[in-house]
Amino acid sequence: MKFTRRDVIRTTAGVAAAGALGSRFAGSSAYAQEGLKYKPEEGAKLRLLRWSPFVQGDEDQWLANTKRFTEATGVQVRIDKESWEDIRPKAAVAANVGSGPDLMFVWFDDPHQYPDKLHDVTELGEYLGSKYGGWHEGPKQYATRGGKFLGLPLATIGNAIVYRESWVKEAGFSEFPKDTAGLLELCKALKAKGHPAGFTHGHGVGDGNNYAHWLLWSHGGQMVDESGKVTINSPETLKAIEYAQELYKTFIPGTESWLDVNNNRAFLAGELSVIANGISAYNTAKINKDKDPKLAEMAKDIRTTNLPIGPVGKSVELFQVTTAVIFDYTPYPNAAKAYLQFMFEDPQMPAWITSSAGYCCQTLKAFDNNPVWTADPNNAAYAKASATLRPNGYAGPLGYASAATMADYVLVDMFAKAVTGQATPQEAMEEAEKRANRYYRV
Amino acid sequence: MLPAAALLLVFLTYPLGLGVWLGFTDARIGRPGIFIGLENYEYLWSDAVFWLSVFNTLLYTISASILKFALGLWLALILNQNLPFKSFFRAIVLLPWVVPTVLSAIAFWWIYDAQFSILSWALQQMGLIDHRINFLGDPTNARASVIAANVWRGIPFVAITLLAGLQTIPQSLYEAATLDGASRWQLFRYVTLPLLTPIIAITMTFSVLFTFTDFQLIYVLTRGGPVNATHLMATLSFQRGISGGQLGEGAAIAVAMIPFLLAAILFSYFGLQRRKWQQGGGD
Repeated sequence: MKFTRRDVIRTTAGVAAAGALGSRFAGSSAYAQEGLKYKPEEGAKLRLLRWSPFVQGDEDQWLANTKRFTEATGVQVRIDKESWEDIRPKAAVAANVGSGPDLMFVWFDDPHQYPDKLHDVTELGEYLGSKYGGWHEGPKQYATRGGKFLGLPLATIGNAIVYRESWVKEAGFSEFPKDTAGLLELCKALKAKGHPAGFTHGHGVGDGNNYAHWLLWSHGGQMVDESGKVTINSPETLKAIEYAQELYKTFIPGTESWLDVNNNRAFLAGELSVIANGISAYNTAKINKDKDPKLAEMAKDIRTTNLPIGPVGKSVELFQVTTAVIFDYTPYPNAAKAYLQFMFEDPQMPAWITSSAGYCCQTLKAFDNNPVWTADPNNAAYAKASATLRPNGYAGPLGYASAATMADYVLVDMFAKAVTGQATPQEAMEEAEKRANRYYRV
Repeated sequence: MLPAAALLLVFLTYPLGLGVWLGFTDARIGRPGIFIGLENYEYLWSDAVFWLSVFNTLLYTISASILKFALGLWLALILNQNLPFKSFFRAIVLLPWVVPTVLSAIAFWWIYDAQFSILSWALQQMGLIDHRINFLGDPTNARASVIAANVWRGIPFVAITLLAGLQTIPQSLYEAATLDGASRWQLFRYVTLPLLTPIIAITMTFSVLFTFTDFQLIYVLTRGGPVNATHLMATLSFQRGISGGQLGEGAAIAVAMIPFLLAAILFSYFGLQRRKWQQGGGD
């Protein structure tokens, strides 16, 4: 039986109200619920390509949920993993060639790069949104185009300040500064005490982009305006670069070459006092504390908080958003949709969020009150990642141009060039403007 | 003949032709694109990052090839002598070539790490330096570091191939020259080198091609950083064409590599055609 969008909204309206209140639908089996149902194709088998986990609980729970899906439907799901930075090229090749995994967890604006190659999951997206209190707007923007769901917003990997409380206190600060001016003063003091900070200026897909966008946006700069006109060459950007230059002087040497794992590694080795990272850095110390007394001590000393607010006056951050997509070439679209539906429903999705230990932030509002966010005070900084993120390419639309601009490290290189003295701030801005104009096709 | 022609057509001509065609279009991932003539090339002509990648590629290829040749030849000459455990040493020399590039790149990544470099640590322990070397953060250091990693990996190919060439030189020529009173240098200059020239030409052509098109080492070590200082044409082509989705521009960068590669091949081809080289003489 085929449900129309209207049917879905009607049949799920009552449940949506409960979802908005954070109901957990205790004891229900997602597959036994009323509402949208997909009948997997005869003999369907699925292959999912996902990113390698940073928190083991994430993978374990995803596999456990998948096993339950297979038991309920008989559909076998093979799950492959790739390093998360390699997902983007793999997805691009699959989309272009028309062959590969049936489902994939992709990053950032990927769905907007090849919208015609993705299976339309609008019906499912609207059903889940209605049932679970709606989607958070940021992740939803990455997964939708022209009101159509190109995939389902899976999770946001939050990014926050991770710091050593004792060293911050030693530097004369009773608490972590809330604004950018305070951060600069703290970093100067930390360096003087021999405990420098370090934020990635290299081609780190996540950490490099998160830091660069925060620098820009916190000072009121933006790559493009609402119409997609490149506006990076601005007084606000200049202020951001000048700030970055000052902050860079306080860093540990080598941040220009850092990829995504360097800051975690240096922090956990006790070389750094402050980094901006996902919760994995803290989790590593916490999980391994029984094996390593040094990490046990460190875990007690680690605190997290959101990145300071700049002259723009509000918190503005990028974060990493991942979307679950179904490629149009799959011979089993119904099985794929049934699988995603199962994985997003209660109790599977909240269980996955819990097991991800603060690494994956929920995209459906009904799951906002997941106990994981209060289980450890350090998780709180990541709890609202989906609710507060600002999408890539702000203030313009997501699409080819925003994706390409990020993939080509236009913003990351602009800051890196200026802070390392390879270009003046003005030259760095002009080069970024030229490169961005290429993608926004002026 | 027909199967060979079909194979060439399917696996060589078609991909190459498609790449050249894509360079003339604004194709993106998942979208065929339309013909835009030389627009991609016009943009690249004015693109500082592209020219930086050309410079990096040439520097990388020339420096690494010269070093690989010099060290590879030296190693081949040593291994050509009657050493004890000869086979064992020849097998050891091959190790860097056998290890997958990604693994050796990861090993170098640790060696060059800004905070945990074993090299920096050792030099500090010996009292030779008082601070860690910023191997991959400083543009000059980063270029030298990736060249060193490539040289380490490429030496075995040059050494073993030249060793094979050395073993084809008749011992009688050395004996005759020795009777004529030739010194060790003269033996090398007037016997070894001329007879080795054809194999040197082939080996270095391949070495230059492998080095010019290197990708994995840079991708793992620096992803083209810091600030594109180690971006090669191959890595920039991948970054823009695949990660960035701009297939047309990525293809144009890849096509721009062809003239350089062609020059290397033609140099070797015409060099090998010179009969006097083959006979061990000069021009």
